[in-house]
Amino acid sequence: MSSTSIDPSRAHESRERRLTLMLLAPALSVVVALLVVPLCWLVWQSVRQDGGFTLAHYARFLHDDVYWMAFLQTFRIAFVVTAATVLLGYPVAYLAAGSSRRTSLLILAMVVLPFWTSVLVRAYAWLILLQRRGLVNGALSDLGVIDHPLILVNNEFGTVIATIHILLPFMVLPLYATMQKIPRELTMAGASLGGTPLHVFLRVFLPLSLPGVVAGMVLVFVLTLGFYITPELLGGGRTYMVSMLVSRNIELYNEWGAASSISIVLLLCVFAIFRLASLLIPFERIMGAR
Amino acid sequence: MVKSTQQENFGVSIRSATKTYGDFRALDDVSLEVRPGEFVSILGPSGSGKTTFLGILGGFVQPSSGRILLGERDITFEPPHKRNIGIVFQNYALFPHMSVAENVVFPLRARRLPKSEWPAKLAAALDMVELGGYGARRIDELSGGQRQRVALARAMIFEPGLILMDEPLSALDKQLRETMQIELKHLHRKLAATIIYVTHDQREALTMSDRIAIMNKGRIVQIDTPERLHDNPADSFVAGFIGEATLLPVTRVDERTVMLGDRRLVSTRAVPHNLSLFLVVHSEKLTVEPDEGAEGANLLSGVVDEVLYQGESLRLFVTLSGGGRVSLRLPSNHHGRTLLKQPGERIVVRLHPDDTVVVPEAP
Repeated sequence: MSSTSIDPSRAHESRERRLTLMLLAPALSVVVALLVVPLCWLVWQSVRQDGGFTLAHYARFLHDDVYWMAFLQTFRIAFVVTAATVLLGYPVAYLAAGSSRRTSLLILAMVVLPFWTSVLVRAYAWLILLQRRGLVNGALSDLGVIDHPLILVNNEFGTVIATIHILLPFMVLPLYATMQKIPRELTMAGASLGGTPLHVFLRVFLPLSLPGVVAGMVLVFVLTLGFYITPELLGGGRTYMVSMLVSRNIELYNEWGAASSISIVLLLCVFAIFRLASLLIPFERIMGAR
Repeated sequence: MVKSTQQENFGVSIRSATKTYGDFRALDDVSLEVRPGEFVSILGPSGSGKTTFLGILGGFVQPSSGRILLGERDITFEPPHKRNIGIVFQNYALFPHMSVAENVVFPLRARRLPKSEWPAKLAAALDMVELGGYGARRIDELSGGQRQRVALARAMIFEPGLILMDEPLSALDKQLRETMQIELKHLHRKLAATIIYVTHDQREALTMSDRIAIMNKGRIVQIDTPERLHDNPADSFVAGFIGEATLLPVTRVDERTVMLGDRRLVSTRAVPHNLSLFLVVHSEKLTVEPDEGAEGANLLSGVVDEVLYQGESLRLFVTLSGGGRVSLRLPSNHHGRTLLKQPGERIVVRLHPDDTVVVPEAP
């Protein structure tokens, strides 16, 4: 046997690998050009000042209260929004998954439809609804429920309401996808074995829908962390989220280094959240592959 | 309170159950009496109403009219969880997030039985299906046959008065299916449980059942023992559905005689009076006449047009001289081979008067 001869199956394998690489190349180059390179640039900027290396931008996290307040408020809003979308979205997804095909399509359409209008439009709509002389205050005072208009907007409350509205589809859709995959026979079996509807829900349906809950929570939480337009328009200057911290640093102070370091820390937070979630439930299940 | 250790089995009485969806009658005036401890199969093609029937028994489908009694108890409007009926589903419906043991004790937990009573019952249920020691396994670690047994143990642990099975063996391969059929039959004998078994597999129904109810178009066409069903089908639908039969149109001559073309066939059974009659020719009932020139009653002649070797038997297709095509089987042994004809050769076959079955056309 000559040492130069190539095993035909080996040759075939390497040909296949080359082909795979060729097919991947366009997508890969887009990811590298638009994601990896800017990210490296971001890291580089965050440790530079006046042409030299510095950790000053990161040191500010330790003593600047504004940073702490912004991160605290951002995480608080993200927690509230996530909890609210679970509570609001679960029954909707449950109803859609348990309905006939037509009804479930209708329910999902109602959830997704607002999704196709601009975030800006929706934020202004909430402004109109919630402002001092808005529809909500008007209706409440007409009914005699309140004497003075409630402050519903230009604060954290308004931001939270609008964010919940915008992010609800991100909770409902993964929940629905997971619930729809739960075979109907399982709940039928639970009932036939003597489980009351509540018992079957708690012991069978709820545990099996948990991957969808985690997926929805991760999506909503992470998306809230980066929200910008909604708190800017509805926060009334009293809501100061991390994204706004980034934009102020650039717009007002032209501090690219500070802005970069904040972005990097936020990104690390997101990574940590994904890691935590994947400890609870395998990542591919969160993403709905299984 | 003294509780009887003897499991109590109930008879089931379905009284003119009907289920309509708009104009469609999924179940059309179905009545069935099942005795305590009886094994009854519901056999029919898909779309015959088997699933609706099962749904009505399990409480998942509300009948449009009719009543269902379990023993003396009217359960027509009882929700599924109060019926005390064990159901084995087609795909087992095991809870994937629970271990074998957690699955099997689900009915005990749902019934708030004291936890101290669980271990003994669990061990007994797992032993019964020969899965002792498998309690800690995850469901996805089990083979199809093992899942089947877990589903069975789970459906029996709460000692239901009735067990329903919805094609429980259809997902298994042929060999395992046959083993499980025999095991189920033994289990039934041991427990003396009342079992209603839904299937579309006639051999399965014939092997296991005390009685079989044949369903077609939402109705029960015939209820009988396997043997009577096979040898005395009520009409052409049952005859065509059970066994390997060819139906040939015949005309009535008198109480015991019919004509198939110009051939006279004598039967030991009464020939019905209906206008449209069929002769039921089961392939195992035809015997080859060694004498090719034989003539007379109950003899059919024709030409062999195909021979299929099927392992344990040879299947011959014969085009009869008066028209029509029948099949017959010869055992693939020495004796069978001496009678074997090749394609193109003439053949004379005999249908014994005892095996000459004439049925009316199905409505």
